[in-house]
Amino acid sequence: MRIQLSVNGEKHEADVEPRLLLVHLIREVLRLTGTHIGCDTTHCGACTILMDGRPVKSCTVFAVQANGRQLTTVEGLEQDGTLHPLQASFMSEHGLQCGYCTPGMLMTGVAFLQKNPRPSEDEIRAAISGNLCRCTGYVNIVKAVQHAAAVLQGGA
Amino acid sequence: MIPAAFDYHAPTSLAEATALLARLGEDAKVLSGGQSLIPLMKLRLASPPHVVDINGIPGLAGIREADGFLRIGALTRESDLEESELVRTRYPLLHETTKVIADPLVRNLATVGGNLAHGDPANDHPATMLALGAEVVAAGPRGERRIPIASFFTGPFATALEPGEILTEVRVPVPAARSGGAYVKMERKVGDFATAAVAVQLTLAAAGTCEQVGIGLTNVGLTPIKATQAEAALRGKRPDEAAIAQAAKLAAEAAQPSEDLRGSVEYKRDLVRVLTVRALRRAVQRAGGAR
Amino acid sequence: MEPRTSAEVGGMGHSLKRKEDPRFIRGKGTYVDDVQLPGMLYLDIVRSPHAHAKIVKIDSSKALAVPGVLAVITGQDLAKYNLHWMPTLMSDTQMVLPVEKVMYQAQEVAAVLATSRYAAADGAAVVEVEYDPLPVVVDPHKALEPGAPVLRTDKKDKKDNHIWHWEWGDRAATDRAIAEADVTVKQDIYIPRIHVASIETCGCIAHFDKVNDKLTVWMTTQAPHAIRTVFALVAGHVGLAEHKIRIISPDIGGGFGGKVPVYPGYVIAVAASVLTGKPVKWIEDRMENLQADSFARDYHITAELAAKKDGTLTALRIKTLADHGYADAAANPSKFPAGLFHVCTGSYDLKAAHVEVDGAYTNKPPGGIAYRCSFRVTEAVHTIERMADLMAHQLAMDPAEFRMKNFVKPEQFPYKSALGWEYDSGNYHGALQKAMDTIGYAELRREQVDKRRRGELMGIGISSFTEIVGAGPSKHFDILGLKMFDSCEMRIHPTGKAIARFGTKSQGQGHETTYAQILAEELGIPAKDIQVEEGDTDTAPYGLGTYASRSTPVAGAAAAMAARKIRDKARKIAAHLLEVAEEDLEWEPGKFSVKGAPGKSKTIQDIAFAAYTNHPQGMEAGLEAVSYYDPPNLTYPFGSYICVVDLDSGTGEVKVRRFVAIDDCGNIINPMIVQGQVHGGLTMGLAPALYEEISYDESGNVQGGSFIDYLLPTAVETPKWETGHTVTPSPHHPLGAKGVGESATVGAPAAIANAVVDAMWHLGVRHVDIPITPAKVWKLLREHGVTE
Repeated sequence: MRIQLSVNGEKHEADVEPRLLLVHLIREVLRLTGTHIGCDTTHCGACTILMDGRPVKSCTVFAVQANGRQLTTVEGLEQDGTLHPLQASFMSEHGLQCGYCTPGMLMTGVAFLQKNPRPSEDEIRAAISGNLCRCTGYVNIVKAVQHAAAVLQGGA
Repeated sequence: MIPAAFDYHAPTSLAEATALLARLGEDAKVLSGGQSLIPLMKLRLASPPHVVDINGIPGLAGIREADGFLRIGALTRESDLEESELVRTRYPLLHETTKVIADPLVRNLATVGGNLAHGDPANDHPATMLALGAEVVAAGPRGERRIPIASFFTGPFATALEPGEILTEVRVPVPAARSGGAYVKMERKVGDFATAAVAVQLTLAAAGTCEQVGIGLTNVGLTPIKATQAEAALRGKRPDEAAIAQAAKLAAEAAQPSEDLRGSVEYKRDLVRVLTVRALRRAVQRAGGAR
Repeated sequence: MEPRTSAEVGGMGHSLKRKEDPRFIRGKGTYVDDVQLPGMLYLDIVRSPHAHAKIVKIDSSKALAVPGVLAVITGQDLAKYNLHWMPTLMSDTQMVLPVEKVMYQAQEVAAVLATSRYAAADGAAVVEVEYDPLPVVVDPHKALEPGAPVLRTDKKDKKDNHIWHWEWGDRAATDRAIAEADVTVKQDIYIPRIHVASIETCGCIAHFDKVNDKLTVWMTTQAPHAIRTVFALVAGHVGLAEHKIRIISPDIGGGFGGKVPVYPGYVIAVAASVLTGKPVKWIEDRMENLQADSFARDYHITAELAAKKDGTLTALRIKTLADHGYADAAANPSKFPAGLFHVCTGSYDLKAAHVEVDGAYTNKPPGGIAYRCSFRVTEAVHTIERMADLMAHQLAMDPAEFRMKNFVKPEQFPYKSALGWEYDSGNYHGALQKAMDTIGYAELRREQVDKRRRGELMGIGISSFTEIVGAGPSKHFDILGLKMFDSCEMRIHPTGKAIARFGTKSQGQGHETTYAQILAEELGIPAKDIQVEEGDTDTAPYGLGTYASRSTPVAGAAAAMAARKIRDKARKIAAHLLEVAEEDLEWEPGKFSVKGAPGKSKTIQDIAFAAYTNHPQGMEAGLEAVSYYDPPNLTYPFGSYICVVDLDSGTGEVKVRRFVAIDDCGNIINPMIVQGQVHGGLTMGLAPALYEEISYDESGNVQGGSFIDYLLPTAVETPKWETGHTVTPSPHHPLGAKGVGESATVGAPAAIANAVVDAMWHLGVRHVDIPITPAKVWKLLREHGVTE
């Protein structure tokens, strides 16, 4: 089936089997390998991308469902050589270690801060509860989101 | 991890969709949020030859009060339900339920209709809708019909929907004054199905007795369970600690849990008792009946 | 401790932002599955539904008819090349693909090779295997009973399921001390099987280049050189020579020990590539990872602790049954089949101890020590810390006071334990005191008394652990005969920048930053000017890889030694440039100056340039060195953790209200990274304490074989960890550093378990095995008369 979609602001066309998972379209057809696969039961969130602005698990969406939609992946966060404040915060607050869950965390975090610019710590933890991390124990990921929230509000 | 191949259909109207489903029968599965169907297909526990994606049908999403009902379109995403101010303020039971379905990412795609139509007793909305006394609207090749929620769940993963029918809307009666509800879910971690969960919706009469009571139980039976004896024991009584304890005991007896990795039969039954007490207390308080 | 170097140089003690982050935050890391090679084929594996069964027939016809499927590889195919069995890291053997029978559920049975991932999956779904089920052995106790079905029928002379017996310590003295003791406590402790479940699963791309006769394997491995050597030894007979094998370990999405073993999928992919000449990719999915890859723990322990009535500990006796699955595939040093379990006297000055372990075969996946624990140290610490708490409660002594009384004292270091380990340094009293002060221990005990009166269940648990890492001195440590040194090779370029390569392999620990900081400390070259590489066996010096917290103690030391060799040569060049004798020079990070004439100096950058443009006659040009470091001893990080829990008497849920972790890893390279390691380690200690378990029913069916039931904590379940540290340098390590990656995973479970038992002690509860699920707590409460 022929599909058309926009990814990180660029238009793409592809001819795909209906069963092709969106995460495979992104990684193997579009060769954007920043989005990762970490499980097979829709738990880990390593595959999180934005579909029409909402963070979703791209392993549990068929590519054909993205026909006509706008996707944002981690590769689309940096604009004109400038990192998104959340990306910079992940680095300054040591919110990543092996980096594998990081793209998913970033996409969830970016969308979350748009909806909730002044979150409490508990709200942050709830927002990222669909993204699993084994390395950081979440403490610095929370700090990174808090730091970015402050930056986006014009503070730090 | 990789589903089997299938033919994909994306109807753009209800008529088209129901005709397609009637024609394909058992060979087709409806794709709404996909957050239950696609995981099953990835494990090849379901390999339908046809998938009918109803997300392109207009008019099936939305939340509004009209004609004495809260009307929730079947394609309403759980996250939209969660963010609805109307639902948060006037239907706290529903708000508390949607907040604990899976995780926030899944909720961005999962639909209310799907949560009901999948017929999984482990899903959260069924017990809540039982407690609310809701009804579902189904559209099929022979037109539209309303199905009371108490008749909707017929068995594990089985509902009263007939071949060709799609669930289009859920209708929750607008609660009377002095109503309150609560959903208390015990889960091993965020994202898990309930070890047990209890939904309560009640209305207090002016005298402070229970005028209406609905109690639904999640994941402690082959279908979601309406704890009718517990409800009857409370009706007409003041919901004091003794009455609540008695109702909770009856709710536990109504549960038919199976042993699994979440716990033993005994544990789950006692959990129903404990959670029913907590849900009742909170519902009573919300109804303005705090002592 | 104030850093010696400036922030610009970024030596030890600076919380430098990580040099590896720029690619990860942009999604530009290169993990194995990110690599695509032209003509690449895909491998998917067919797995057994049975835990023990003869293979009657494998029918590949339907699979071969699937478009895109090229071949179905079975054990018979590999047997032609004698590749159907392979050695394990403990010199046992395990199957690559079976010829006769399968021995665990999810075992590899056949492999489908196809032109696409999806075709391979379709092929795997229709391979038809006929099995003849055999009796299943799941309980290791039953496995050792006379008359139990013998599992390893491939071993000609094996008549039972006993793998080995190992013991250590003075049995007679220990038995005597226990018999004579005023007080003894005895407890059975089961530490169940768990799985690391790093977010990236395992996989590889094997690419055999027929023209150049070279095999390149991109692999999720923590120990690329060891893998290369093992491949050369195992497959040498089919023409793979070590100089023609290249292992590339690129970015790895978490290892934690799970990416040390050689899995059958790797070997099948290599064989498939050698046969076809095409690159072959194999990436396991999560359920395969959980159900078939190497596990950790699964120790059935009986421990006895003896003391005088004043609370002085006198003896420890432990007997353990180790369930290894159907093959001993643990990655232990070869002399220690139970790893470093005999560090189990812990932080206490115990005079007599004896420990014995028996390994048993069962119908489960082979293993297993893969879960961030050094080698069996979590098991050792959990045992001694549970027993210490049990003894303290038994004697009605405050558990903190009890520990303080029995700790090895600072003046006793280096301390020789009753089981023969020489602890390098420690300050156990200091760490525990700091933890108590930080959490407000006395106030919490008062609150507990109050709450108990009102029927509320609150518990406080302590874990004061001693870790043992940095394997290891060549005298005692080897894996498959390979000594456990590690290496650093550093070369400084004419313009003063440098490249350094190591025999270890980071999977998120930040080596690109921390190693650069060590070298910056030693040479004064800014860390940002030092490029650190690991993981490519064609270029990196030989090493045994990263696991068991060994990178800082061993490779970090090698870095310091290599840098000092460079500094020695740099001194000579400086003397030449400044026209003075070497003894007339003094060093500060980054430059040599003439004593008494500080204006006369040469920077390390000046010297580097001179090494290529103006080196002394008779000296080789260039400025580089390599060091293979053989550590003189292990290192002993330690800490004290205090956990506060509140139990819900209605649901049985355990809520961790507070958790204070004080760690001591000696001198700290990067405080930010060390703290991150502790956060992650604590979370991997919380997980087995409350959530994780892989178990089997009587038919050998795995329970907890997917993320539905194998429960990884999310940010909601994970407490807000409070961390701090003390610094007690290692006297034998060139930098005084000890390593920290696993300390928290080792120390945390006992703190949580002790807290839960403490909360219910007054009800008569004495012990709970982890994972401490709500269902378990509920049952104990109801049995002891508590209900809501």
